[in-house]
Amino acid sequence: MSAAASWGRPSPRLRRRKAVNLLMEALATVAALVAVALLGTVIVSVLRRGLPAISLDFFTKAPAGFGAPGGGLANAFAGSLVIVAVAALIALPVGVLTALYLSEFAPKRLEETIRLALDVLNGIPSIVIGIFVFGILVLSHQQSGLAGSFALAIIMLPLIARSTQEVLRVVPETLREASYALGVSRWRTVVGIILPASIGGIMTGTMLAVARAAGETAPLLFTSSLTAPFVTWDPRQPLQSVPLTIFELSESPDPLDHARAWAAALALISFVLLASLLSRAMLARSRRKLGQVG
Amino acid sequence: MSVAPSALPARVPRRAGDRVADVLFHGLTLIPALAALALVIAIGWKVADGSRLAFHKFGLGFVTTAAWDPVKGVFGARDFILGTALTSAIALVLATPIAIAIGLYLSELAPRGVRDVIGALVELLAAIPSVVVGLWGILVLGPFLAQHLDPVLKSALGWTPFFKGDIPSAGTGMLTAAVVLTIMVVPIVASISRELFQSVPRELEEGALALGLTRWEMVRGVVLPSARPGIAAAVILGLGRAVGEAIAVTQVIGGFAGVSLSLFKPGDTLASRIASQYQGASTALQVSALVYLAAILLAISLVVNLLAQVIVRRFEFQRTGGS
Repeated sequence: MSAAASWGRPSPRLRRRKAVNLLMEALATVAALVAVALLGTVIVSVLRRGLPAISLDFFTKAPAGFGAPGGGLANAFAGSLVIVAVAALIALPVGVLTALYLSEFAPKRLEETIRLALDVLNGIPSIVIGIFVFGILVLSHQQSGLAGSFALAIIMLPLIARSTQEVLRVVPETLREASYALGVSRWRTVVGIILPASIGGIMTGTMLAVARAAGETAPLLFTSSLTAPFVTWDPRQPLQSVPLTIFELSESPDPLDHARAWAAALALISFVLLASLLSRAMLARSRRKLGQVG
Repeated sequence: MSVAPSALPARVPRRAGDRVADVLFHGLTLIPALAALALVIAIGWKVADGSRLAFHKFGLGFVTTAAWDPVKGVFGARDFILGTALTSAIALVLATPIAIAIGLYLSELAPRGVRDVIGALVELLAAIPSVVVGLWGILVLGPFLAQHLDPVLKSALGWTPFFKGDIPSAGTGMLTAAVVLTIMVVPIVASISRELFQSVPRELEEGALALGLTRWEMVRGVVLPSARPGIAAAVILGLGRAVGEAIAVTQVIGGFAGVSLSLFKPGDTLASRIASQYQGASTALQVSALVYLAAILLAISLVVNLLAQVIVRRFEFQRTGGS
């Protein structure tokens, strides 16, 4: 390269390299903006079309008949509440105890195997989990809210176990060592020292899992979808749910149903996005706090 | 990790009660920990067991048979496998460059404050429930594509087999499904890529810049090569997401047992066919055929996930020099 010749003003070659660089930087920026714009369009669509149909009745009344105006989706909100709450009650203890075993007791071999199992479980399509629960619970009995809860619990389990494991890893080793040095037994150390130190992180991880489960439709299709159009709280019956309602209404030819679907989507998306944002913020905070102890 | 708890001489509990409690506690955590393992095995077993009836009737030929006729009791998976392959492939082709570009923007270009905001927004995109993406896909995106993008594609690329035939008036079809899948895959691949790019050693990047390379040349010469296996794993994970997505695809793909290369046509994927039959499976054979589809889907997703795991492990091994 004739460096001397190009001294002072950029050679054509350098100018081309800079142009390519600029082009690539612009493309990367545009890609990021496209993603943000997509999120924006989806949220704006849901807001604009959902807000008009939101009212108190929407949350407190059972659905009106097909084609009739008015009514609400109280049955779906009640059902989602029950299904997701029961799922969390199943998945939370199992997930937390799994993470405790992995971080406090497990031999290395077994730890790797169980971690792989959790990752595999996390990667199984949710519709397949729905089919699985259909096979073990629904075929022999009938659809029920409990079957739906069980399917959602399977989806929540790896999320809660992995996020709890991450939190436990941040608990300073010095806390453990200090406790053992004082002659405190294993279980008292875990219950008295390690769990209290990580409870915030466990809760935020659970909230993320709840947000994810609340939006899942596929596991409920075969487990809790053949429902009556009135409000029930009994999990032994099939329960309607918000995501499934959106799915059904979106396939309906009736524009009134589309309006209801948008309103339900607005309620669902508000819950999911708020829960995700809140738990992310809390997670960052509890990480910082734990970091300061050590 | 300095000292593993098991290496500690903590085996001198003061009271016998504590010693018993320790053993009990160990057991109490061990049993739930085995649950994940048991679930994976149970899912595999139950799905295989449930598809036995269809397997006896159709055998492995099920995979290559194009049929879905509940009245005659003839079922096959070929069209759905092809539909899955076509929509997922297009989604990956569209999503991969966009996601890598987003990852590069977030790790190399964005100013600090902007980076965290946009990073969080990209992750929120992944948090939108698929049924809401599907609702938006069928009522907003579909009509938009039918009116604005499809005519352009048809006139420019109508001579290829992919854009032949009539534009769907409602905007449902394989193209819309592929675009919806792209939207769901991008945030996953983008956030993994971002972490990969950020973990590239700073000295390498600064060394490249000090040699007079432009930022793009540094990315091409240093960042991308060192993150390549990780990107492959991220794309494979994205593939797993695209293959397994049932709800949003069912909403926009048009539900049709038949395959055509034309993306304007309706179709079905494995997952969307299962989902769309949730109220209609009446005979034991049809239920079993659905479970057979689920078994194929499960097998694909297991292979995809394990492949990604293997790549990640090999990558970490390389990174740490095996030590």
